[in-house]
Amino acid sequence: MKYSYYPGCSLESSSKNYDRSVQAVYDTLGLELIELDDWNCCGATYYMSIKETISLVFSARNLAIAESLGRDLVAPCSSCYTILYKTNKLLNENPIMRAKVRQALKRDGLDYQSGVQVRHPLEVLVNDVGLEKISLETRRHLEGIKVAPYYGCQIVRPERGLDDCENPRLMDELFASVGAEIVNFPMKVRCCGGMLMTTYPDVALKLNKELLESATVNGAECIVTTCPLCQINLEGYQKKINARFHTNFRIPILFFSQLLGWALGCDPDALGLNQNLIGFSKIKQKVLQPA
Amino acid sequence: MKPEPTTPTPLMHDGYDALKKKFALGLANVPHGDLMKRCLQCGTCTGSCPASYAMEITPREIVALFRADHLDTILQSRTIWICASCYACTVRCPQEIPITDIMYLLKRMAMDARMPSHKMPVYRLSQIFVSIANRFGRGYELGLLLRYYLGKNPFQLIANLPLFLKLFLKGRIGLWPHKIRGTTALSSILAEAEIMEMIIPVREWPR
Repeated sequence: MKYSYYPGCSLESSSKNYDRSVQAVYDTLGLELIELDDWNCCGATYYMSIKETISLVFSARNLAIAESLGRDLVAPCSSCYTILYKTNKLLNENPIMRAKVRQALKRDGLDYQSGVQVRHPLEVLVNDVGLEKISLETRRHLEGIKVAPYYGCQIVRPERGLDDCENPRLMDELFASVGAEIVNFPMKVRCCGGMLMTTYPDVALKLNKELLESATVNGAECIVTTCPLCQINLEGYQKKINARFHTNFRIPILFFSQLLGWALGCDPDALGLNQNLIGFSKIKQKVLQPA
Repeated sequence: MKPEPTTPTPLMHDGYDALKKKFALGLANVPHGDLMKRCLQCGTCTGSCPASYAMEITPREIVALFRADHLDTILQSRTIWICASCYACTVRCPQEIPITDIMYLLKRMAMDARMPSHKMPVYRLSQIFVSIANRFGRGYELGLLLRYYLGKNPFQLIANLPLFLKLFLKGRIGLWPHKIRGTTALSSILAEAEIMEMIIPVREWPR
């Protein structure tokens, strides 16, 4: 199966390991990701705060390019996925806005007829490949590894397209199918604060501390996520959180594709595991030399 | 050709009614925005918001203040900028009010009206982000953070240097911006979009 691939700006820099691991997993499972030609930034949450129509035009340019190729558009970054999905939905439902956006796209000979499906790689794996096949392909069973799947806010909200927005199960089932033990994680859809870590760090540090607490108190040995911003906030600021709240967190934060890829037997380098700030050697040892 | 930034309209100079009208027009453009009139003041939004404890006006109070004709208070609040747009309120609202999208509308209005809040950090960060995205067609994390920290709070930059250094050593900081091939075409699309932005379908304000 072939998909158009929209990496997004974060996957080009701070989350290269996400990009590499998604590609490695898809490669292993025989799915082809073809990068969308000359894609542009989706606009993230910022553009929408400044201009409405322009921000929709900005993300719709990608949809227009994808439409001419006729494949589903796969976007791993939670924010890109939400923005593209939302733009797609809004243009579908609002004829006036659609007319305005198409008028602007015409300037570059582009057009968009609302014919693209925006999808998240997680959902593609579960629905198009299936958990059974993934379970059969498993090379390193994650027996006894306690995983806390963290969905964050963007991918399960607000359009209810992907999974239940209060208690999503996609990642839980995916990692259960490769043998991991899923811990109870009540805050799995609680927001990490996103860019508040830059603008209002006091607020964001507290949110992230609560998330780490909620996962570790239930015995999680690692947190898996689908979002570049959540990953950086939870991993990069753990030290700061420890200093501020007198806690003692040291828990690996992996992209879901990294842990999945490792279970599927991918080469750790191809998954960018050495690019994580907090290594997961303890988990490795536990799987490779079970007690 | 680079699109000219639109001049912010000093809405407050036109009086409160003009501000209210602008909000009504904007709300007509937000899908299901008219549902705001159904707000029950139940407070589910405030209870669901992970950041409401840091807001001086809670999401519920925003609707209450609007009904009491205090739109200007709302637009000057820190609340609309602390909203991280996680949509927790939106999915839980029993009346299905698109609260997050209304927050976006309020952010845009606060900027257009040049409310004092336009000095707030999120506004600054958004502006830099948009100028980078318009120029390169892609985001540029390092440029965004450097410009933001240097302009706003250099001490925060120093405090974060160890983290940035670690990320750099792990190859997770892109030193140079990535540029799309079609930047010229993108500019002309954006120039046209700027014109489209000004076209607002007029609908009657639902009472």
